[in-house]
Amino acid sequence: MALALAILIWAIVLASVALFTGEFGWFPPQISEHGEAMDAQFNLTLIVVAIGFILAQVALGYYVWRYRDRSGARAVYTHGNAKVEVATVLITAVTFVTLAIIGQRVWIGLHLEDMPEDAVQVEVTAQQFAWNFRYPGPDGKFGKTATRLINDQLNPVGVDSRDPASSDDVVTLNRMAVPVNRDIRLTLRSKDVTHSFFVPALRFKQDTTPGLAVPGHFKALKTGEYEIACAELCGLQHYKMKGFLMVMSDQEFEAWLKERAEF
Amino acid sequence: MSDSAHPAVHPAPTTFIRKWVFSTDHKIIGIQYYFLALIAVFTGLALSVLMRLRLAWPAESWPWLEKIFPVGFEGGVMSPEFYLAMLTMHGTIMVFFVLTTAPQGGFGNYFLPIQIGAHDMAFPVLNMLSFWVTFLSMGVMFAAFFVAGGAPISGWTAYAPLSALGEVAGPGLGSGQDLWIISIALFCVASLLGALNFITTVLNMRTKGMSLMKMPLTVWTWFTTAILALLSFPVLLAAGILLLLDRLGGTSFFIPAGLVVSDTVIENSGGSPILWQHLFWFFGHPEVYIAILPGMGVASQLLSTFARKPIFGYHAMVVAIFAIGMLGFFVWGHHMFVSGLSPFSALVFSILTLAIGVPSAIKTFNWLGTLWGGKIRFTTAMLFAIGFVSLFVSGGITGLFLGQTSVDVQLHDTYFPVAHFHMIMGVAAIFGIFGATYYWFPKMFGRMLHEGLGKLHFWLTFIGVNAIFIPMHLMGIMGQLRRYAESTEFKFMEPLQPYQEFVTIAAFVTAAAQLLFLVNFVWGMFKGRKATENPWEATTLEWITASPPPHDNFGGRELVVNHGAYEYGVPGAPRDYVMQTDPPLESSK
Repeated sequence: MALALAILIWAIVLASVALFTGEFGWFPPQISEHGEAMDAQFNLTLIVVAIGFILAQVALGYYVWRYRDRSGARAVYTHGNAKVEVATVLITAVTFVTLAIIGQRVWIGLHLEDMPEDAVQVEVTAQQFAWNFRYPGPDGKFGKTATRLINDQLNPVGVDSRDPASSDDVVTLNRMAVPVNRDIRLTLRSKDVTHSFFVPALRFKQDTTPGLAVPGHFKALKTGEYEIACAELCGLQHYKMKGFLMVMSDQEFEAWLKERAEF
Repeated sequence: MSDSAHPAVHPAPTTFIRKWVFSTDHKIIGIQYYFLALIAVFTGLALSVLMRLRLAWPAESWPWLEKIFPVGFEGGVMSPEFYLAMLTMHGTIMVFFVLTTAPQGGFGNYFLPIQIGAHDMAFPVLNMLSFWVTFLSMGVMFAAFFVAGGAPISGWTAYAPLSALGEVAGPGLGSGQDLWIISIALFCVASLLGALNFITTVLNMRTKGMSLMKMPLTVWTWFTTAILALLSFPVLLAAGILLLLDRLGGTSFFIPAGLVVSDTVIENSGGSPILWQHLFWFFGHPEVYIAILPGMGVASQLLSTFARKPIFGYHAMVVAIFAIGMLGFFVWGHHMFVSGLSPFSALVFSILTLAIGVPSAIKTFNWLGTLWGGKIRFTTAMLFAIGFVSLFVSGGITGLFLGQTSVDVQLHDTYFPVAHFHMIMGVAAIFGIFGATYYWFPKMFGRMLHEGLGKLHFWLTFIGVNAIFIPMHLMGIMGQLRRYAESTEFKFMEPLQPYQEFVTIAAFVTAAAQLLFLVNFVWGMFKGRKATENPWEATTLEWITASPPPHDNFGGRELVVNHGAYEYGVPGAPRDYVMQTDPPLESSK
């Protein structure tokens, strides 16, 4: 019994380690400027976790086998050891808090640093079960919007055509183009319930919370087409709420915008 | 202390109704809670089996299921609204009616008074009320399955405004969602009554000599859990009432201005969806510890008993229980890193969250320390306690990923957190419940469970839950999003389908293995070998009285406690265990 349990616990450790080597699948390839640091922080955490996990489970398996009831003397009589407790507190506290602090660098870069002035602006407006994207056009200004003007077919985000700034706004459905190697500044909104704008390849996820205009930014480093998924339960077709991020060269991006503006 | 124990002595009931139905006896109430949780857990399990079926084979048609569920399996294929309703109800039933009731309402009710040498809870009538309100709450929750539109689809977290807008936002969000909220509000009231009772009982009803530091760790965890419940359930109650008002009273606590749902303009204005998340998680995170702390107490009790050793670092364990409980109130924001919460507060929540790893590491270390140098007896209860430690490590340690702001971004709302919380608050807590059941069943029902069947149940379940939830972490890394009725719509999820099938098969085997438990339980109640007073040679007070104990617990005896809770292997003692009421040892004077 003891040996079987020990072997089972060790087998679980082995299987887990094998599973997390990357041989059986891993993150989708990442393409953003901040993504590398994020993945590095994940890997650093993975090392800390692996050490803790392996030590604890291997010790558990070993003790279970080593200290099985074999007739003879009584168990060791001890109520603990204060020094070892203090050492455990210190080692884990220092490790965990250091890890948390190191991890904040990426977060700070993502949320608390100023964007350059020439960043490309895109407004994301989520709704049950689609993504609307709006570009400010050549004037660099988003036109006003109004709730009463919203019409799912004709005017999905309710752009007010009386506002001069709105005349060159470009609105697209489920397809978002951005130029490669440029800073992209997002404003994330929702028309109805909470959704979450998730681009796995970008390592970017941000809830679109109704009533808020949440800022976000990223820089994509590789051209191509990437999927956008909704990550927050938003209703019946949550699992089908799909969009595409198209990362293209500056020229292609300008042409794409122009084409949409004329439409 | 012994004087204040007297008011709770009430005469044994004579009628069937007062004895078994509206009982004020904490032992009967404990058993009632346990059976309520048993019905809930098998319901919740059945729902998860249905969900797994769809996730593994989304396009497959199951005509026989259409016969059972004419609505939901039209054409034999599960509709996405049915899937989301199952998901909501699975989570709700498991979290509230299993993980909150069985460890605390069930075992806590039954054994807390006995373990401190009291004759009953401080407020027996309140205790009865708290069970029957819980019962009513479960009735209301189950009723949500049967109303028009079915059960709600907003998940157990019921994020507003999805949960606030009514049927315009989706099926099940009409009367199903109303019943869900009413049920939860009732549950909050019941939990508050229970929490007051537990706290008062521990503080006032301990028998002579039962100082706080002689209490079993189970009592410490029930006590701490009650404090958490007392502080967190009122917040959920308030949130629930506000949500109900938004739905039925035309208020706008959680609904902001300018919403357009399915081309319908919503007239509300001024509310905040984030407010719901704050209130919900202010309850929701302590709730995780409400579910798991009693399991930690049980694991400590069982490891010490069956390793025949005092618990390693009793004082450190008590401090760690309290530290986990209290820190648990300052970390709710880690559920909201990507919600639009201020990025500054995220920094603070992140560091506090990782700090909880410290008392958790202490607990793990002390459990290992308890095994070290022991003489381990491999009873079924002990196997589940060892399994608990293993699952606690596996499930807890992944919190280091999710507690970090920048790592959480990618993993948030994927299967990674699903795996994490199922491992720790789901199966680790359930292992605590199983361990407690195999350990205390003889005391509760006067008969032993079948050890062989119990061990088979352990092996299958332990292998099964690891096979389900460890690969699920990897699925989250690969990008599998949670609450998706299927993962066929996205290219990046395509490689995940074989994993979905594997997990489903593992889940089916594990679910089937639970029938062994059910068989053992029913067999044990009627046919099990008669239990002696102290079959495990344990030290705490429940083992000095009959199995099951008489109405007043100790047959009129007033107990005097002379020893700590875990005096095993004491040198010079006549046996390898010293019961708490044994006379003082010569050598220790």
